[in-house]
Amino acid sequence: MTETLTVRIWRGKAEGRFESYEVPARANQTVLDVVTEVQRSLEPALAYRFACRVGVCGSCAMTVNGRPRWTCRTHVRRLGGEGTLTLEPLRNLPHIKDLVSDLTPFFEKWHKAGGRFAGTAGRQDPPQRVDPQSASRLAASAAIECINCAVCYSACDVVAWDQDYLGPAALNRAWTLVNDARHGAREETLDRAFAAGGCASCHSQGNCTRHCPVELSPSQSIAGLKRSTLFGPPKVGEPG
Amino acid sequence: MMERRLFILQRLSAMVLAPLVLVHLGLILYAVRDGLTAAEILGRTQGSLGWALFYGAFVLAAAVHAPLGLRNILREWTGVGLRLINLLSLVFGLLLAGLGLRAVVAVVA
Repeated sequence: MTETLTVRIWRGKAEGRFESYEVPARANQTVLDVVTEVQRSLEPALAYRFACRVGVCGSCAMTVNGRPRWTCRTHVRRLGGEGTLTLEPLRNLPHIKDLVSDLTPFFEKWHKAGGRFAGTAGRQDPPQRVDPQSASRLAASAAIECINCAVCYSACDVVAWDQDYLGPAALNRAWTLVNDARHGAREETLDRAFAAGGCASCHSQGNCTRHCPVELSPSQSIAGLKRSTLFGPPKVGEPG
Repeated sequence: MMERRLFILQRLSAMVLAPLVLVHLGLILYAVRDGLTAAEILGRTQGSLGWALFYGAFVLAAAVHAPLGLRNILREWTGVGLRLINLLSLVFGLLLAGLGLRAVVAVVA
């Protein structure tokens, strides 16, 4: 007899219930594999979201045993859940159905924090030269690999109690732009990141950094934004 | 822009307050340990420009710093509108400044 894994999955929207499913426990299975197995063999109406399955696209994040995680790179074996798995949609976001959260507010805040790049050069201009070892570029590079999975947004307690708070991902994005010599609206981005609900609302609890699947530190980016407002935006190398 | 300015003000006032609070606490310990009477304390503070400046700066920094912290707490924990919160914080700040400066005048004048 094969070992089984009991999976409790949230069904419904804000109002709903947990339903339990039994799937075979395999030596190598990710949480996303389990959800796919449930959907393909037990519950065809189960709604969930994924695309790349290799930790690049950031679309499969869910709440796994109470913590937000990227499910495609989370191995069931490493969770140590004693043969059970509890899956819910990401918190702090409206629920659409089952395991799917609505990411609209997440991306709206991304723009609200000044996250849109404003180019200063046209296609006829030569590419701007950026010294990869300059302090500002190192700061931007440290924060740039965000996959927008909303795990940090879901992990953040300040987002949970303050609906206006822009959240770690949006502020992390703003910090990369403030450090980008090619961005034409660095002061404006800094202003937006500091408007009501901006980085001053952060309590430095660090849940974002703790949960970020690609090991970025939004906490550090937010601290950088706060520093910038006291001492001015970081010096970026003159575009050559 | 206003949030940025207020944030800066709160941080700068904290930087001013930090050493002042330490001196203030040291002063309390000193006065209590030596058992100074009120008359003895007043004898040292009255007419002292130094103490007037020290506690004047203390009161002003506190009157800037405390209402900003209160404003943040009210914003985060109550459903009160921002305009009313701004007004309440301003009134609180003026109250702190008024009462504090009155106390400074009372001990140094």
